[in-house]
Amino acid sequence: MSEHYPVLIVIIPFIFALIVAFAGFIKPRLCCFLTISALILSLYSSIILLFQVFKTGCIEYRLSGWSPPWGICYNIDYLNSIIIVVVMIVGLMCAISSQKAVNRDLDQKKGAFYALFLLFITGLTGILATGDLFNLYVLLEITSISGYALIGTGNNKAAFASLKYLFMGTIGASFYLLGIGYLYISTGSLNMADIAAIIPELQQSKTIMFAFIFCMTGLFIKMGMFPMHGWLPNAYSDSHSATSTLVASLTTKVMLYVMIRLILNVFLPDYSFSKLNIDNIMVWFATVVIICGSFLALSQKNLKYMLSYIIITEVGYIAGGFWLGNRLGMTGAILHILNDALMTMCLFLSSANFIYVLKNDSFKNFKDIFLKMPFSAAGFVIGGASIIGVPPTCGFFSKWYLLSAAQEAGHYEFFSALIFSSLICCILFFRIIEQGFFSEDDHENNVTKFNEAPVSMIIPLGITVLLLIAAGIYSGDIITNFIDHAIPDIIT
Amino acid sequence: MDNYLFFIVSKFNYWGVMILIMIGIYAIISKQNLIKKIIGMNIFQTAIILFYISIGSKKNASIPILHHLNEHTQKINPDDFVNPLPHVLMLTAIVVSVATLGVALSLAIKIYQQFGTLEENIINNKIAADNNRQSVIDRL
Repeated sequence: MSEHYPVLIVIIPFIFALIVAFAGFIKPRLCCFLTISALILSLYSSIILLFQVFKTGCIEYRLSGWSPPWGICYNIDYLNSIIIVVVMIVGLMCAISSQKAVNRDLDQKKGAFYALFLLFITGLTGILATGDLFNLYVLLEITSISGYALIGTGNNKAAFASLKYLFMGTIGASFYLLGIGYLYISTGSLNMADIAAIIPELQQSKTIMFAFIFCMTGLFIKMGMFPMHGWLPNAYSDSHSATSTLVASLTTKVMLYVMIRLILNVFLPDYSFSKLNIDNIMVWFATVVIICGSFLALSQKNLKYMLSYIIITEVGYIAGGFWLGNRLGMTGAILHILNDALMTMCLFLSSANFIYVLKNDSFKNFKDIFLKMPFSAAGFVIGGASIIGVPPTCGFFSKWYLLSAAQEAGHYEFFSALIFSSLICCILFFRIIEQGFFSEDDHENNVTKFNEAPVSMIIPLGITVLLLIAAGIYSGDIITNFIDHAIPDIIT
Repeated sequence: MDNYLFFIVSKFNYWGVMILIMIGIYAIISKQNLIKKIIGMNIFQTAIILFYISIGSKKNASIPILHHLNEHTQKINPDDFVNPLPHVLMLTAIVVSVATLGVALSLAIKIYQQFGTLEENIINNKIAADNNRQSVIDRL
């Protein structure tokens, strides 16, 4: 049993997705319970995997016993074991929090919603665990297709936003597939470790270079890098709040993980950084992403649109930090993937609470929010503080790593863009907090009532806030025990 | 000149695939009708499937089925058989592209029910008018 955990984290949500889809026709009330139990089971397996990796090192699981270059293998190592745990936590919190909102808004479609929810998680964990490039493409498409369908269940503009996302996402995934085709032509293999062993001999090959370009272009479209970000804000803002919490906090981060995985373990840092020599351009690119994303976030009038643009700037942080090419930058980027998934989830959970009660996320509705919904507003403040980078929360630590990496690499444009975007985030969040605390309305005429979201939506938010602070306090342990081992030794 | 002709003719499958990909991307970018965009997307995906199929083929090779299993003495020559792996991969990719097409068409139906049209510019105008009306209401 114990050796099968790497595949169980993918199989459990998948099997339960089928069960939930049928349960939706027979007993719709069971759907949410089944989803939560599936996620608890896979969270349990992923935590066991985390401890196994911590004790014994990397785990290789061979599907049906075929040895790697011929069969598909699942690799759990220091890089992905901890991201899998975060994905499971985010999924579980979203499932618990979505219960009431789904009951109210999507009552007829409960079975379909939770089946897609679990398929989405299946795809993400598969992407994280797999060691085979084509398998990664299939799981990428499982994630994307269930994501399109989930986003389609939103307000009246959601279907249009989802179709735009579908066009962009399909182009991205197809480019990735084309890149894999190029790799397959020149190496004859689809296994990541096998390709990594062959690539050093083929450094002069133009085919490998184009494979790199196609894979990266596809992933940049999928992760919403700035010029290709057009699909992101509408897709995340028009969708139902239960969906957007899940999709927004996980999709872009897992795509960033795929980029890091391809560079560190397939194309190898030696080829990606020294041979291609594009790291300076990528850092400048990320700088533009961060500045443009900050300005665009500043111009929004709705909470979810603002948060979507903040996600775009965070993608810039991680991509830029990684392409700095030094050890500090990569540590910061990987740590920021974990932290940003939690921070974004915290903000989107509190925005889901606001939308559940206020029915609208326009800024003008946030008057007296601290009187009306003290717990959700407190969660929002902590999440905002983490995005800004206030010390006890985890956002500070990864940002500190990124800043010192930028300073060490001599990329002062990236350094100043990080500081600039933190200041913009201050404005963004304090603007809302100010409106919540100090409203101009006469309190005696219209007495604001305590009108908090249901307990099942508060508890996940509370746990997330605790996780934000815990991830901040234990960030040193995460780095020394996992992230340090994930980065190859040749990077200094 | 002959060099260029040789360059084009000897790699005609890649040229064909690239032309199909360009047609697909052109349709996605420039067409206003959502169904035409979906058709373009499907052309794009099909072009990549063709690309994979073409890299598996060999001249004078047959399907990868062994006829002489009982004759152990006969050596199996890889040049006699086409590479089956890209074909197998594309079975999965075809399923993926069918699923994407299905989701895209069902979203198009939903859009048509909501906006009464499938022309992208008209839908954009309707959404912009809706947002303007909302902001006027907000100001009042």
